[in-house]
Amino acid sequence: MIEAPAQPPVRSPGTGVRVERVTKAFRTRGATVRALDGVSLRAEPGEIVTVVGPSGCGKTTLLELICGLSRPDGGTVECDPAALMPQRDLLLPWLSAVDNAALALRVRGLPRERARAHAAPWLERFGLGGFEQARPAQLSGGMRQRVSFLRSLLAGKPVLALDEPFAALDAITRAEMQGWLAHVLDSEPRTVVLVTHDVEEAVLLGDRVVVMSARPGRVVRTLEVDLPRPRRRTEPGVLALREAVLEALGVQG
Amino acid sequence: MSGPAGPEVRDERARRAGGAGVIPPARKGAPAPGAWLDAARRARLSVLPALAVILCLLGAWELYVDLGGVDPLVLPAPHAVLASLYDDRALLWSNFLVTAREIALGIVAAMAAGLAMAVVIHFSPTLRRALYPLLVASQAVPVPMLAPVLALWLGFGILPKVVVIALVSFFPVVVTTLAGFAAVDPELLRLMRTLDAGRLETFRRVELPAALPSVVTGTKIAIVVAVIGAVFAEWMSASSGLGYLFEQSIAQLLPARAFATTAVLCALSIGLFTLMTVAERRLLPWANQPKSEGDR
Ligand SMILES: Nc1ncnc2c1ncn2[C@@H]1O[C@H](COP(=O)(O)OP(=O)(O)OP(=O)(O)O)[C@@H](O)[C@H]1O
Ligand SMILES: [Mg+2]
Repeated sequence: MIEAPAQPPVRSPGTGVRVERVTKAFRTRGATVRALDGVSLRAEPGEIVTVVGPSGCGKTTLLELICGLSRPDGGTVECDPAALMPQRDLLLPWLSAVDNAALALRVRGLPRERARAHAAPWLERFGLGGFEQARPAQLSGGMRQRVSFLRSLLAGKPVLALDEPFAALDAITRAEMQGWLAHVLDSEPRTVVLVTHDVEEAVLLGDRVVVMSARPGRVVRTLEVDLPRPRRRTEPGVLALREAVLEALGVQG
Repeated sequence: MSGPAGPEVRDERARRAGGAGVIPPARKGAPAPGAWLDAARRARLSVLPALAVILCLLGAWELYVDLGGVDPLVLPAPHAVLASLYDDRALLWSNFLVTAREIALGIVAAMAAGLAMAVVIHFSPTLRRALYPLLVASQAVPVPMLAPVLALWLGFGILPKVVVIALVSFFPVVVTTLAGFAAVDPELLRLMRTLDAGRLETFRRVELPAALPSVVTGTKIAIVVAVIGAVFAEWMSASSGLGYLFEQSIAQLLPARAFATTAVLCALSIGLFTLMTVAERRLLPWANQPKSEGDR
């Protein structure tokens, strides 16, 4: 069954993202899994908030609440319309790269050629020039992630919910992609909630880092990152914050 | 945190360096001419073992009939069947055309009706509950008994044959198409919701294309049962067609011609099946590809 388009809980542009004491549990055959237990998170318009936490702590669940794909059991979620970049790229195998990137435009009713014309320069910008007509199976993992990112970017929503966008990539491609993301957000400011389990990535990209505990997910600490951009992974401020996040996660540094 | 570049990175670099030349752009999905030759050669190699087995079986059959003193009225030798294929070629051809037409029309009707039924059932849970049990029950009706009833009702023209063929082909199309709709990744449907896609948009852009390979699979199954349906339909009420010719050949004590008729019928079935496979490869080149890595 397909439901109606996702409706963000409150549609008032300029809210950013406000998640207040949200709880969410899943019931499956008798057993109840508490995924989120009193999670609060704020992202002002234009801010980049990164969320780190161990696997299974409810990060994806949190993004789904933000995107209006599910309702919290308790607490409130208020946010501007959000586009999701899912953990798996979920590209449509029958569409070319450019058509995948332009999917949101097509859904909105733009004719094919105009949607392509709109998306093509973005592919070029993301190093996908010459691959416009390639199908997902013909692209490398990093390229697919970029197409998937473009698809959520071109949805034109003020909030981007990015679910471990670079997790499946090797270190070099990931570093490259992090640079791309920072660059794009400079010219195309959005409110971003980026989920990751890479502590360094969280510190490099975020204006604020939200650290979550293992299930049931709670916010154990929120750290402001007052470092100028672009940041280098070796600079003292980044290293210090990295230590702080690891400590909050309970990992010996 | 920098490890050695994985094969993926090198791969991507190489592709980027090669630019558009690496992946044939422009004509979507059109492989290089060499690729077709390669594919043809591979296909020929892949049928060789099967061909060898068939030749062995034919040889054994020939020896059995020739040396075993089998009455040719009971079991004709392969050379007699071959001779009949040649001698009766005009007869076989004209009856082939009749049956091929019935099957083509029947399958087209089954696909149209089957797709429509699958879409209706997919969209409406109420209609699913109302129609699906009837659909399954319809499979319990034996075709050999259905054919004469339809002949009484619809006469002796092409119509009752097409109806029988469509009836037996309908079920596999509906069932596989529904399975195709059901197999769509639910996360993909959720993603479409975040892109503000409504029910119809999601169907048109995701569910329908995703189900097309299943429709093809259903049609392949339909082809096989359609041939069986055609034979039964012709036995009951025909004055032409391969099923009719087979029956006549048996009655006229021409077993070699009966076997030749069967061979032509097999060829028809295999030909249609191959046609579907080729069509699938050309029209849905993205299907049956190894799962992309990002889809783990
Ligand atoms: N639809 C669901 N039905 C049942 N349980 C679910 C569902 N979605 C999530 N869960 C459970 O909720 C918990 C949190 O899941 P979630 O996917 O949000 O974790 P995550 O932090 O994104 O993990 P990862 O880093 O591995 O992606 C998990 O224990 C999971 O089993
Ligand atoms: Mg997750």
